[in-house]
Amino acid sequence: MKIVVCIKQVPDTAGGVQFNPDGTLNRAAMLTIMNPDDKAGLEAALRIKDADPDNVEVTALTMGLPKADDVLREAMAMGADKGVLITDRVLGGADTWATSSTIAAGLRNIDYDLIITGRQAIDGDTAQVGPQIAEHLGLPVISYAEDIKLEDGYVTVKRQYEDRYHMLKAKLPCLITALAELNEPRYMSPGGIFDAYDEKEVTVWGRNDLKDLDDANIGLAGSPTKIAKASDKVRKGAGETVNLDPKESVDYIMGKLLEKHVI
Amino acid sequence: MALEDYKGVYIFAQQVDNKLDNIAFELLGKARDLANDLGGVEVAAVLLGSGIKDLADELAEYGADKVIVVDDARLETYRTEPYAQALAGVINEFKPEIMLVGATAIGRDLGPTVSARVATGLTADCTSLDIGQFPLNAEPDKAKQNQLLMTRPAFGGNTIATIACPDNRPQMATVRPGVMQKIEPKKGAKAEVVEFNPGFQENDRYVEILEVVKDVAKTVDISEAKILVSGGRGVGSPENFKLLEDLADAIGGTVSCSRAVVDNGWKPKDLQVGQTGKTVRPNVYFAIGISGAIQHVAGMEESDIIIAINKDETAPIFEVADYGIVGDLNKIVPLLTDAIKAQMAS
Repeated sequence: MKIVVCIKQVPDTAGGVQFNPDGTLNRAAMLTIMNPDDKAGLEAALRIKDADPDNVEVTALTMGLPKADDVLREAMAMGADKGVLITDRVLGGADTWATSSTIAAGLRNIDYDLIITGRQAIDGDTAQVGPQIAEHLGLPVISYAEDIKLEDGYVTVKRQYEDRYHMLKAKLPCLITALAELNEPRYMSPGGIFDAYDEKEVTVWGRNDLKDLDDANIGLAGSPTKIAKASDKVRKGAGETVNLDPKESVDYIMGKLLEKHVI
Repeated sequence: MALEDYKGVYIFAQQVDNKLDNIAFELLGKARDLANDLGGVEVAAVLLGSGIKDLADELAEYGADKVIVVDDARLETYRTEPYAQALAGVINEFKPEIMLVGATAIGRDLGPTVSARVATGLTADCTSLDIGQFPLNAEPDKAKQNQLLMTRPAFGGNTIATIACPDNRPQMATVRPGVMQKIEPKKGAKAEVVEFNPGFQENDRYVEILEVVKDVAKTVDISEAKILVSGGRGVGSPENFKLLEDLADAIGGTVSCSRAVVDNGWKPKDLQVGQTGKTVRPNVYFAIGISGAIQHVAGMEESDIIIAINKDETAPIFEVADYGIVGDLNKIVPLLTDAIKAQMAS
């Protein structure tokens, strides 16, 4: 059983955001983390491996800048067997179509029975790359997985919707997108960290290592969507804040509700 | 085929259990505006399901000129592959210039699959859609006119980007529920109904549905509420949400919550406001014991009036609140409920 988990190194938007003087995001000043949904996907793969360590191999794959090596080392320190980094200047500026085309080409270089991606990354929040990889590879896709179970050539998945869930069964190979709610990812172990840097290897692929990939479908130029404008969000300014005793606080709120004709 | 041969604004009319989702009407409202800005092109709804033809009239009342129906037993319950075959089939046959899909748990799976299948771009989770030129600042004769300009938040709501898809058709977007305005329905309006057979191909990509389990706790749609009483981690426990429920009952509102509350298992996911939950814009939003993480604020900052109660005077929620009250929610909320009840009774 070969499982490939696609992960992304993302700025930690929850930990505060830094801006350059020109208003663009200062990515260099921000901490990076393994995207939370991807980390849950990795944990799900590692649990499958825990149950059958001799027969399950977990590969972590990412596309990004050379420094995304860090996130692969983290994955291997958690227990992934191998890392693959797709990195090349010509791949930069890719939208989800170009990203998914590129990652799909990388996956064609690898044997897999199951591909797991996170549902969405916290920087883009699109949730598009997982299903689009499946489309490029002609695989069944199950998005929004809350639970994953493997059995003999099939996978059963609890698929979340707003007001319900479906239990779905798909034939392997298939692609699943994982929700952060899926599990509590493990920490890196000290031995794992040692192995990740000294024993395990990251394979690095550039553009020329990716077969069956048209130049028209990569990087900024190969992205059908183009950014017309990007700016900081204009926020409504703060109103007034009061610090009163509870009774006065209630009088204050009631005054506003009456003034605004809410009640 | 030339790009200008693609015509019309199409929407995916999401239905579940043969009941149209609100997002279908919201998309029709926006599609009508876009069609007008494009000089009066056609607005079409794509209706996929089994035994769903009767829903066409409702779509007509909300603004569809045409309803394309794919009625097939394979579409009874949502599954990616038969739905993708149907929607991609409709796009290839009818060639719309714009295809809008709701950014729901269905649309965020169907949209990317179909956009990749028809080899076009897709912009996720849009909060604003307009017709304009691309590039924005070019001389008009050097720009492409009549482009769909799709605006969406990114980086956890910290930035906002406007995106175009100038060289591929259709221009596809998923649209965040609760943002676009539906029109007042025109009773008795009729649409041209076209039945279409996409020629289904059953293959290994058809997953099997073993079980459908509905969450019985689901009763309300928070994006429709006029008043929301929203609680965060500061409420302290699931039991303590009783205080918020009492306030909601008194003022005629609905209880919602932050992500922390869902992560703690205190409330179901469908009550969650924020970047990974729902976008809401009620007349009044009470943020009670909510610190106001950027991801939460992204989902509620369009509310008309925001009233925040939090014991931490440095909580970021006070930066977006119209009226901020620093204090103990356990003392203030019950008193407020009593005061509202007394006011209502007088």
